[in-house]
Amino acid sequence: MHPAPSIILFTTLSGLGFGMLAFLSLDVPAPRGWTAFWFFLIAYALAIGGLLASTFHLGHPERALKAFTQWRSSWLSREAWLAVGTLVLMGLYAIGLVFFDTRLRIFGIPGGLMAIATVVATSMIYAQMRTVPRWNHWSTPIVFLAYAIVGGALLTGRVELVRALLPLLLILQVFAWIDQDRHEKADDTNIATATGLGDRGRVHAFEAPHTGENYLTKEMVFRVGRKHAAVLKVAALLLAMILPTFLLFLPFHHTLAALAVLLHLAGVLIQRWIFFAEARHVVSFYYGR
Amino acid sequence: MSVDLDTSPKVSDEIRKTTCYMCACRCGINVHMKDGQVAYIEGNRDHPVNQGVLCAKGSSGIMQHLSPARLRAPMKRVGPRGSGEFEEISWDEALETAVSWLKPLRETDQSKFAFFTGRDQSQSFTSYWAQAFGTPNYAAHGGFCSVNMAAAGIYTMGGAFWEFGQPDWDRTKLFMIFGVAEDHDSNPIKMGLGKLKARGAKVIGVNPIRTGYNAIADEWVGITPGTDGLFILSLVHCLMKAGRIDLVYLARFTDAPCLVNGDKDSDEHGLILTNEAGKKLVIDRRTGKPEAYDTPGVRPDLSATYRHAGITHRPVLHHMAEKYLSDDYAPETVASKVGVDANRIRAIAAELARVAFDEAIELDREWTDFRGDKHDKMVGRPVAFHAMRGISAHSNGFQTCRALHLLQIILGSVEVPGGFRFKPPYPKPSTIHPKPHAGVTPGKPLDGPHLGFLHGPDDLLIDENGTPKRIDKAFSWENPMSAHGLMHMVISNAHAGDPYKIDTLMLYMANMSWNSSMNTSGVMKMLTDKDETGDYVIPRIIYSDAYSSEMVAYADLILPDTTYLERHDCISLLDRPICEAEAAADAIRWPVVEPDRDVRGFQSVLCELGAMLDLPGFVNEDGSQKYADYGDYIQNHERKPGIGPLAGFRGNGEDHGRGAPNPNQIQKYIENGSFWISHIPEDAEFYKPWNNTYQDWAVNLGLFDAPAPYLFTLWCEPLRRFQLAAEGKHRLSPPGHLKDRYVETMDPLPVWYSPFSDADNGFEVHALTQRPMAMYHSWGSQNAWLRQIHGRNPLYVPTKIWVANGFKEGDWARVTSPHGEITVPVAHMAALNENTVWTWNAIGKRKGAWALDKDAPETTKGFLLNHIIHELQPPKGDGLRWANSDPITGQAAWFDLRVKIEKATAPSESQPSHPPQKSPVSEAPTSVKQKLGA
Amino acid sequence: MTTLPQHTEKSLGLVIDLDTCVGCHACVTACKGWNTENYGAPLADKDAYGANPVGSFLNRVHSYEVQHEHGPAQLFHMPKSCLHCADAPCVTVCPTGASYKRVEDGIVLVNESDCIGCGLCAWACPYGAREMDPEEQVMKKCTLCVDRIYNENLPEEDRQPACVRTCPAGARHFGDLSDPESDVSKLVADRGGFELMPEQGTAPVNRYLPPRPRDEVPDFDVLAPFLEPVAEEPAGFLGWLDRTLSKVS
Ligand SMILES: Nc1nc2c(c(=O)[nH]1)N[C@H]1C(S)=C(S)[C@@H](COP(=O)(O)OP(=O)(O)OC[C@H]3O[C@@H](n4cnc5c(=O)[nH]c(N)nc54)[C@H](O)[C@@H]3O)O[C@H]1N2
Ligand SMILES: Nc1nc2c(c(=O)[nH]1)N[C@H]1C(S)=C(S)[C@@H](COP(=O)(O)OP(=O)(O)OC[C@H]3O[C@@H](n4cnc5c(=O)[nH]c(N)nc54)[C@H](O)[C@@H]3O)O[C@H]1N2
Ligand code: SF4
Ligand code: SF4
Ligand code: SF4
Ligand code: SF4
Ligand code: SF4
Ligand SMILES: [Mo]
Repeated sequence: MHPAPSIILFTTLSGLGFGMLAFLSLDVPAPRGWTAFWFFLIAYALAIGGLLASTFHLGHPERALKAFTQWRSSWLSREAWLAVGTLVLMGLYAIGLVFFDTRLRIFGIPGGLMAIATVVATSMIYAQMRTVPRWNHWSTPIVFLAYAIVGGALLTGRVELVRALLPLLLILQVFAWIDQDRHEKADDTNIATATGLGDRGRVHAFEAPHTGENYLTKEMVFRVGRKHAAVLKVAALLLAMILPTFLLFLPFHHTLAALAVLLHLAGVLIQRWIFFAEARHVVSFYYGR
Repeated sequence: MSVDLDTSPKVSDEIRKTTCYMCACRCGINVHMKDGQVAYIEGNRDHPVNQGVLCAKGSSGIMQHLSPARLRAPMKRVGPRGSGEFEEISWDEALETAVSWLKPLRETDQSKFAFFTGRDQSQSFTSYWAQAFGTPNYAAHGGFCSVNMAAAGIYTMGGAFWEFGQPDWDRTKLFMIFGVAEDHDSNPIKMGLGKLKARGAKVIGVNPIRTGYNAIADEWVGITPGTDGLFILSLVHCLMKAGRIDLVYLARFTDAPCLVNGDKDSDEHGLILTNEAGKKLVIDRRTGKPEAYDTPGVRPDLSATYRHAGITHRPVLHHMAEKYLSDDYAPETVASKVGVDANRIRAIAAELARVAFDEAIELDREWTDFRGDKHDKMVGRPVAFHAMRGISAHSNGFQTCRALHLLQIILGSVEVPGGFRFKPPYPKPSTIHPKPHAGVTPGKPLDGPHLGFLHGPDDLLIDENGTPKRIDKAFSWENPMSAHGLMHMVISNAHAGDPYKIDTLMLYMANMSWNSSMNTSGVMKMLTDKDETGDYVIPRIIYSDAYSSEMVAYADLILPDTTYLERHDCISLLDRPICEAEAAADAIRWPVVEPDRDVRGFQSVLCELGAMLDLPGFVNEDGSQKYADYGDYIQNHERKPGIGPLAGFRGNGEDHGRGAPNPNQIQKYIENGSFWISHIPEDAEFYKPWNNTYQDWAVNLGLFDAPAPYLFTLWCEPLRRFQLAAEGKHRLSPPGHLKDRYVETMDPLPVWYSPFSDADNGFEVHALTQRPMAMYHSWGSQNAWLRQIHGRNPLYVPTKIWVANGFKEGDWARVTSPHGEITVPVAHMAALNENTVWTWNAIGKRKGAWALDKDAPETTKGFLLNHIIHELQPPKGDGLRWANSDPITGQAAWFDLRVKIEKATAPSESQPSHPPQKSPVSEAPTSVKQKLGA
Repeated sequence: MTTLPQHTEKSLGLVIDLDTCVGCHACVTACKGWNTENYGAPLADKDAYGANPVGSFLNRVHSYEVQHEHGPAQLFHMPKSCLHCADAPCVTVCPTGASYKRVEDGIVLVNESDCIGCGLCAWACPYGAREMDPEEQVMKKCTLCVDRIYNENLPEEDRQPACVRTCPAGARHFGDLSDPESDVSKLVADRGGFELMPEQGTAPVNRYLPPRPRDEVPDFDVLAPFLEPVAEEPAGFLGWLDRTLSKVS
């Protein structure tokens, strides 16, 4: 799949943002006043920034409101509702904390849950794609959620927790990649079923329907080379987990923590790039690529 | 949620019916108009050619019509030739310039003027003009296209495949197609194949490449290029050996029983015995006596010989038996050469025999033949064949095409139900075609039509010294039976001043500096070369194109044509009509929209030029212009009294075929969907060359003046006459160096000889081109839709060569021929003869042409194979450069090309690359989103 | 609407004969022509005369080679447009309801004025049947020529998709695949029509007719029944000729 920057930013930033909101809803004692303000500002900036980034992917962002209509069947629509719901509830919660020094749990608890649900909904947009075996896998929601949690924990300063979670995330991620490989290989769609000519012999694509590119080849028939992907995966693990863990074990210092956050963010961006770039859409079989 | 959807939108304001132009198939189209503009084009269901269907090009006609490459006004060259620097001028200036160049030539020596037209659909008109001008130098593109096919068909059976005949698609049970990628009859062939498939009839494709029609063939014969003749004659061998030939058919309708002069000392040796009236003689089985072949009641004997004055004259069939039963044609002998297993050859012969004879069909239709014999049935041999340039564009193409006709004829499958049938005005014997003429008288018309069919050395167009009279050397010793001229030799001969120099070259719709030339880079140089005095070696070039092609850059004066929707055209029975096997038909184009540019239909321009030059036929008695424009000519011109360009709606609109000119004729055509059709009576639909009802019908319609039944000629006497000349038994004799070749190639019976390129040692790989179904030569690339389908053309390489070179996807290769090299992208193909590489034809473009971006893939990755095909064969050490053409007809041997191939580091773009030409048209829009409807 | 109908009154669709398709692309440009001038926004072409032209098309023709142990490689052309799936994943992913499947005939359409151009439906379609228009930025797909097949401004015989009407080889057929008595259903039954990627669970309506067997070598001795020699030598042939002629004439 084409690794569109808007979507990479969207999933990365909104994952972090909603992860952070989830943690903010849990905090006891919760931050108040200016501290709360800054935390919520960052969380909202990330969540809304991510959502805005996603609209760059739309052909007609001005019609974005229409995306709220199909919550009964569409994960994107559900995500839209959940995101807005989260932002509203957590907004009220934040107002309570920042201005009134009160913790409005009737907003905070459902808000936190919805933040988690938003991340799940985002991931389900991809996980539901039967056409992309690598995404259509148990790991997609789990990994999205895991990154959101680790990111949220990191951004809300839960150093202990993060130290414990980062190695787990690493193990999860490595295992997910391995199992995705297996899953993609085991997928029963191939050029033989795509063409229905498989029972006659070995099928290979001769000429594409057009000599140039088209929307499909640009959007779906993109695939990063295997070697290239392996290097990037190592980089993602280093940046997102290994280096931050190392930094967090050093004596605590704000700049180190900030650096850990930035490294993690960079790592997640790479992880997301791979998530798209490595995923093969079954339409590729028609193009023999 | 309910969606507001109008399922009955208004389709258009009006439908204007005319004829498509993107190939010679000439389908009927419905042009849907909105607000006076072209909105949508679909096929005309009532049209005899396409019955509603349309190919990819036809369906993209709107993009052709709206092309940004359309020329906008007449132009004169202001930069050096080839640069593309032009200045727009007025039509007055353009015409006056042309006249100032041409008038002196007409008054002194018309042979200094050469007029060649490309895939001109108005040849009866352009040749009429050229004849009136008086130049001997006129032809259309047939010489580089498919003259072998046309000439072999006409000399052998009085008509050819091409668009002049077609299989009986509704009845045939076994169809064999040789060397066809697309052909002129594009839609009918596809429709026909569809019919065969629907009936479950069998299709055998013979082609080194398995794409398109060959891909859907039930059996594919991936033959070695240039060996079809051998393969076919091996089938003939098998069939004759098993006696599986149609003796009745051969006896009655062919020259198989005709008697060949066996007198070795005679000047007539090898010619067919005739009576005093010139009629061929046969032995009548009833009496055992020689009789004229058409004597009423005669029963020609296929076997009896005729002994006279101590000399035995044997029927043609004896000669055939002697030749084809020889082991030289046994499947085992030919198998390795043709690349087809011996058993496979036998199996195909067996299949042909089984279907032709064991599955014969009979129609209950009575008919009477030219001898007066009544037949109560029409017997059908449901095997049909079709072939095109794959067998004709080789140096042995004429004889190969003849071999295929021989195969058809011994199976009795021509002009019978289930077989192959002619379309009017064919069949007609080669002898009633005109002979070629080249008699120039200053200030006067030529002494007759330029092109035609000659029958022996006496008809050659050479002077007393044997020097060719035509600039292309057509009808000379080098390629005597060049019925369509040799357009591919014009520029190189004119450049060499051989046989003479010319002053002005006028070209019409032929991209001669690019895809229709061999040795393209060389031709570009010839067009720009200057002599000692600093003048161009070919001093003046006038060109008519509708678009900004590569050729435009090489002309001095451009006469911009309209697009096909903006002008009158006439698809006439006088030239290449749209007839079907069961009907005569012709068609028109008319301006369904007016041009929005300062352009004029080229034919109309010829009407004006003709008048300005005072050409007979183009001026009235009082010297005024005779035809206001081409539409006027189409309606009012008469070739003979009562016979004009259009056969339909003559006189008061009720006469067909013959009749006075009708001032409302074009209007009548328009009302009738822009075509006219007249069906052949049922009892005349088959056996046409011999069928009295057909002959009378044809005469009545004006196709010919008197019934002209004839015999199919397996024994080609014109060839034998040239051999006699080489043997010294004729008043004239060919130059010494040609004599051996005459003996080898001009056999009166079909033979096979190796393509001349077999001698190119070290170049073992065959290199071919194919036409893509969705592109028309060079001019599809300006079409925004089509160029997305074919925007570049890799060289397809078979598995064996792919593996041997270690090629990978995305690789490039250097391809070398004895003449030059190109460096191009490669791609793998498995369904390909293991010793053949190929590419799509004419996708490569010169930078700056066709209003394309300079980085368009057509220019950076596309390429022409033409750069490495020379119009001359490599030197053989005899001091001569032999033409890369068929020695009989002069047909360009495009497919003889032999190459070497090796991996190359990828250059930045395909090589050779040429400097860009300046585009004479405005820059193309970046995007297209054309919609007229709301 | 985004949810799929439980049941459609008809299942209109195409049946494409891979035995007959010559790969001419006529259906591609006929489709482009009709649908540019009709349903929704015109099918645009970006960089139309440039280095990288990209246009939207609703129907495209692929070609494939098949190699096997015995016999030569074979080549097939495969036109592909929307298959109007019964369980169309492109519909259920659509967040706006722009993508929908019609109850009356099963045609899957995009209501362009609702489409936000998110591209999810194209991701969800396994067949590559949807393309975003490069200019209008709305999702384009085969409409099954819904504005032809019911169009009262067209003569009855022309109320069929543009691609079917134009196909020179007659390789495309249109009809109701839910009616076992329809011509298309019968063709599918007779010729063993198949679905593309059945494992994707989309239950496509369109069917493909498989190519008939190719390059089958006869397993009998060709000489025996059909090519028994009458003679080995020309002289023998002439003897045979004499004998035969006295029988036939
Ligand atoms: N779409 C489209 N249609 C066209 C044209 C076009 O440009 N585009 N051009 C028109 C013109 S001008 C012409 S002349 C006709 C030509 O129509 P075709 O004769 O069909 O033209 P080519 O594409 O040259 O095809 C030649 C075929 O012969 C095969 N071949 C080459 N050598 C051999 C051989 O030795 N033996 C055998 N058996 N096969 C061989 C090639 O593989 C190829 O398939 O098409 C006309 N129709
Ligand atoms: N390598 C290789 N080369 C080949 C062949 C091959 O098989 N292989 N085939 C050969 C054959 S058979 C042929 S026929 C030739 C074809 O070669 P060309 O005859 O050169 O073919 P086109 O590219 O069609 O060029 C015709 C010119 O006519 C112009 N034109 C189009 N429409 C109009 C119009 O309405 N009016 C006017 N005045 N001009 C118009 C086009 O813009 C173009 O410049 O190519 C030959 N070249
Ligand atoms: S075959 Fe195609 S290009 Fe040729 S006349 Fe017919 S529709 Fe036009
Ligand atoms: S083919 Fe693709 S676009 Fe069409 S209905 Fe099926 S899934 Fe949807
Ligand atoms: S691109 Fe349009 S039709 Fe497709 S899912 Fe998005 S909104 Fe729906
Ligand atoms: S049915 Fe209509 S929209 Fe669909 S592919 Fe055919 S022509 Fe195009
Ligand atoms: S028009 Fe017909 S034959 Fe041509 S590509 Fe389309 S389906 Fe195949
Ligand atoms: Mo041609």
